[in-house]
Amino acid sequence: MSLSIDEVKHIARLARVNLSDAEVTWMHDQLASILDHFEMLSEIDTDEVPPTAQSFELTNVDRPDIAGASIARDSALAGAPRQEDGYYRVRAVLD
Amino acid sequence: MTTTTDPTDKYEVVIGLEVHCQLRTQSKMFSDCPRDYFDREPNTLIDPVTLGLPGTLPVINEQAVSYTILAGLALGCRIPEFAKFDRKNYPYPDLPKGYQITQYDQPFCLDGEVAINADGRERTVRLERIHLEEDTGRLLHRDDGGKGYSLIDFNRAGVPLMELVTKPDLHTSEEAVVFLRYLRQIFRYTGVSDSDLEKGSFRCDANISLRTHGAQELGAKVEIKNMNSFRSVQRAIEFEIIRQAAVLDAGGTVEQETRGFVDGTGETVSQRSKEGAHDYRYFPEPDLPPLRIETAMVDELRASLPELPRARAARFESAYGLSRDEARTLTETRQRAEDYEAAVTLVGDLDLASTVAHWLIGDIAGRINELGRADAELIDTGITPKHIAQLVQLVDEGTITASTAKDVLGFAFDSGDLPETIVEEQNLKQVTDVHAIKDIVVTIIENNPKAVDDYRGGKESAIKFLVGQVMRETKGRTDPNSAADLIKTTIDS
Amino acid sequence: MDSAVPEIDLNRTAREHAAALRVGEYTSRQLTEATLSQIRSEQDLFNTYITITEELALQQAEAADDRLSTGEGDPLTGVPIGVKDLLSTKGIPTSAGSRMLEGYRPTFNCTVVDRLQQSGAVIVGKTNLDEFAMGSSNEHSAFGPVRNPWDTTRVPGGSSGGSAATVAARGVPLSLGTDTGGSIRQPAALCGVVGLKPTYGRVSRYGVIAFASSLEQVGPFGRDVHDVADLLTTIAGQDSLDSTTVPEPVPDYKAGFERGFEGLRVGVPAEFFGSGLDESVRSVVETAIERFETAGASIDRSVEIPTVQAALPAYYIIAPSEASANLARYDGVKYGYSFKDGESVDEEMSMTRGYGFGDEVKRRIMIGTYALSAGYYDAYYLKAQKVRTLIRQEFAMALSKCDLLLTPTTPSVAFALGEKIEAPYEMYLSDLYTLPVNIAGNPAISVPCGFVQGLPVGLHLIGRPFDEATLLRAANAYQEETHWHEQAPQSKY
Repeated sequence: MSLSIDEVKHIARLARVNLSDAEVTWMHDQLASILDHFEMLSEIDTDEVPPTAQSFELTNVDRPDIAGASIARDSALAGAPRQEDGYYRVRAVLD
Repeated sequence: MTTTTDPTDKYEVVIGLEVHCQLRTQSKMFSDCPRDYFDREPNTLIDPVTLGLPGTLPVINEQAVSYTILAGLALGCRIPEFAKFDRKNYPYPDLPKGYQITQYDQPFCLDGEVAINADGRERTVRLERIHLEEDTGRLLHRDDGGKGYSLIDFNRAGVPLMELVTKPDLHTSEEAVVFLRYLRQIFRYTGVSDSDLEKGSFRCDANISLRTHGAQELGAKVEIKNMNSFRSVQRAIEFEIIRQAAVLDAGGTVEQETRGFVDGTGETVSQRSKEGAHDYRYFPEPDLPPLRIETAMVDELRASLPELPRARAARFESAYGLSRDEARTLTETRQRAEDYEAAVTLVGDLDLASTVAHWLIGDIAGRINELGRADAELIDTGITPKHIAQLVQLVDEGTITASTAKDVLGFAFDSGDLPETIVEEQNLKQVTDVHAIKDIVVTIIENNPKAVDDYRGGKESAIKFLVGQVMRETKGRTDPNSAADLIKTTIDS
Repeated sequence: MDSAVPEIDLNRTAREHAAALRVGEYTSRQLTEATLSQIRSEQDLFNTYITITEELALQQAEAADDRLSTGEGDPLTGVPIGVKDLLSTKGIPTSAGSRMLEGYRPTFNCTVVDRLQQSGAVIVGKTNLDEFAMGSSNEHSAFGPVRNPWDTTRVPGGSSGGSAATVAARGVPLSLGTDTGGSIRQPAALCGVVGLKPTYGRVSRYGVIAFASSLEQVGPFGRDVHDVADLLTTIAGQDSLDSTTVPEPVPDYKAGFERGFEGLRVGVPAEFFGSGLDESVRSVVETAIERFETAGASIDRSVEIPTVQAALPAYYIIAPSEASANLARYDGVKYGYSFKDGESVDEEMSMTRGYGFGDEVKRRIMIGTYALSAGYYDAYYLKAQKVRTLIRQEFAMALSKCDLLLTPTTPSVAFALGEKIEAPYEMYLSDLYTLPVNIAGNPAISVPCGFVQGLPVGLHLIGRPFDEATLLRAANAYQEETHWHEQAPQSKY
């Protein structure tokens, strides 16, 4: 699978990572070379193999529905880049 | 729009619904942060997990899982043996982690079926799935005279949210609304959610497409959002049907898109986002082990299901001799149905079951309505099934008259006192002592010679006047029929 | 306060310090002051710390002295320790080696830090690392590279380079790192110290800034195996805040030490000795194998992990995929670095991430986003998860025939700073022998086993899930036999 420059730009947009044009080219070359190394995976026969997402056999780990406490708003907002009236503030978000 | 004919003459309307419903748990979906954010100051129900602070991990709220399965069972769903959570990736400022924990290909509930009665006929609406996820934060838009800006409140973030998806089995706005009302009723009956549209704990999106009758292919699907009441669901669907029909009539093609309903204008408007198509890149949530839903757990939940409204109404009709409308009214909420049955049980006489119903549907319902709260129940009027039972018994035993009973009920609403206490303390017992009534009757006959003459002259209505006098004298504590009889025999003798 | 500060030998192990503290040879406060002074001078040479937590350390030291004076205390009470700056520490800057977390101070401790504090260990600082633990050389730190104490022109390995280097440089006897693909074992090998990656699920990840959730574990560094066993005992065990921790009890890891090599069956899989292995490293490891054999272990060269060559591509798909979601939360809205001169939310988010993340992090986010995106999911992410199944099965099979597997930790000794920075895949190859273990989830340890041109070589032992005890027993037997671990990097400072 060959990777195009447009795909790199599309992925960067999906991932919300701003790349300059020079970075796009650089990133493209590096990703293309890394993806080349991934090609060998297609040689492994996995037709009958189920995927493994987690390396343990745990199931049904949950907690009882008991409410604890909220943390103080001030301590949360203390680190916020922008805040107003107890809210986090951002540029206009359009629905 | 110039369409004057009914678009459904030409087109078949196909509607599928996606319903989001917040679960009524104590804590959030993945942490012990308190859940009930209604009327709370912004960002005061937050914790490191809710904010997605670096390094935090989710832990599944078992009650949320039980509620979801319970709702699924009430709606005829199949509960698969395995379920898991997945990450749905989309960067948005109200999504603290930049992904939402949801269920992609292994939800808790599959393949439900719901019977509804709309437009005068029975229909079956098939459900595709019900899954569990976490809610997002809330955005508030402020205008500063320029481009404006947005504020984020994360109180809602992480609230357990159940998403139900139907098959495209609905065809009219009325069907959609009837179906949604039924869902809300079931969610409330089972106690999983307060499902309040105004509070946002019950939200609905509709997918609408049109095709000419007989066509095999579905038309382009338009998703409608921002419908905040049943009324707006109805208006939005109706607007959208006419809009799409007009596009098709004009030879155009309907664009597959998301549109928002604007309450003020009653129209839907395109919400084309700059980003174009989403790519959610779902993958299994590595921080949560999968769930194996044991048969025993499902059986236990099934056994805990309350009797559902349709079944209950049918039973009320046959067991208590109620009319269909009465039965439906009394089973509208689980609480009302339970209050009714509790009162009937206390009365202990099935012959009086319909009298109990009349009180609940009549004077008591009136009082509940006066409270002006959509979720008000009997308890909010200050009385209980025991009050109703005593009232009915007092009338039945002849201790008080029906008209006294209304007054007693009024006192009970105000004081919370039981009818027996009120009757005792205010001396409201029906005057049944024949001698006592006879004395009063004699006095009234003596004092109202004109009315007596009128009666003797064949004017039957004069009796009513005399009975009224007796009732006044006894403060309503006399049975008017026996008073009339006594007056007649006294005059005639 | 003390007129005569005793001379404190910082070559001592944690166990030796603990004994000295108990007999009053010196106090924890004195030890901590000596340590702080040592790591400050070490900082200039090797850049091992991002934050030195002097105030907290002295407080903890005094509390430890109080505790020790009553005859109480755990093995680590009063002993200085360094903690990778990926672990959340309440109120103390936690950077993940990134500009992105500028100014971020967690409101909570990660679980392992809580456990350290309960044990009375004295946290002297937050150690340098590759940004978000992504890297094998520690050159990808926003705070500059760490230098190898054995040769400051060379890398210490990564991503827990600071934690390994400070132990090697005799700054602290113990430290904590995290291992996602070799990030404890590879730097342990390159710095000539002991490092252990526990079984997945053995140690809580709560509060550990996530890179690849299904692969990573927190683990100990030390100068000898006893210390590593004590630190593992302190941090291991189920945590209700991390659903992926297992309920298995934490055993006495040193109980079997007396049995030495007795009855040990050691598998040597040929796939780990292929063409990528530096010849001098091979011969050092072969010598180690002979020592095992002469000391009483049996060597089995028939075991195989045939799919191991696919582990590297599988790892570099799975880890970046999970990372692409884990790092989505850094959007400049809630904490940390924020680009504020944009026109829109999207632009500011993208600029924040474009500036805030370093090259390697961006590279991995891009790979992961690609591997999960529509059209590529099956070929990359799903394929990698299937390969994972095979690798797990192969490790389980191999370890059914022997007690542990023995391989080199790394294909070569420490490479020069800058040597591989422009060749990401070359860099990835330095984890060739360690990352298959993360894919399988098994525990593994690296212990010093000799030198090549004055640079340390690591011996890699891989065990059965939750059988850290056998790994530690074998590693301890080996270190008692060889004493390689007692070598210190003295020449450079």
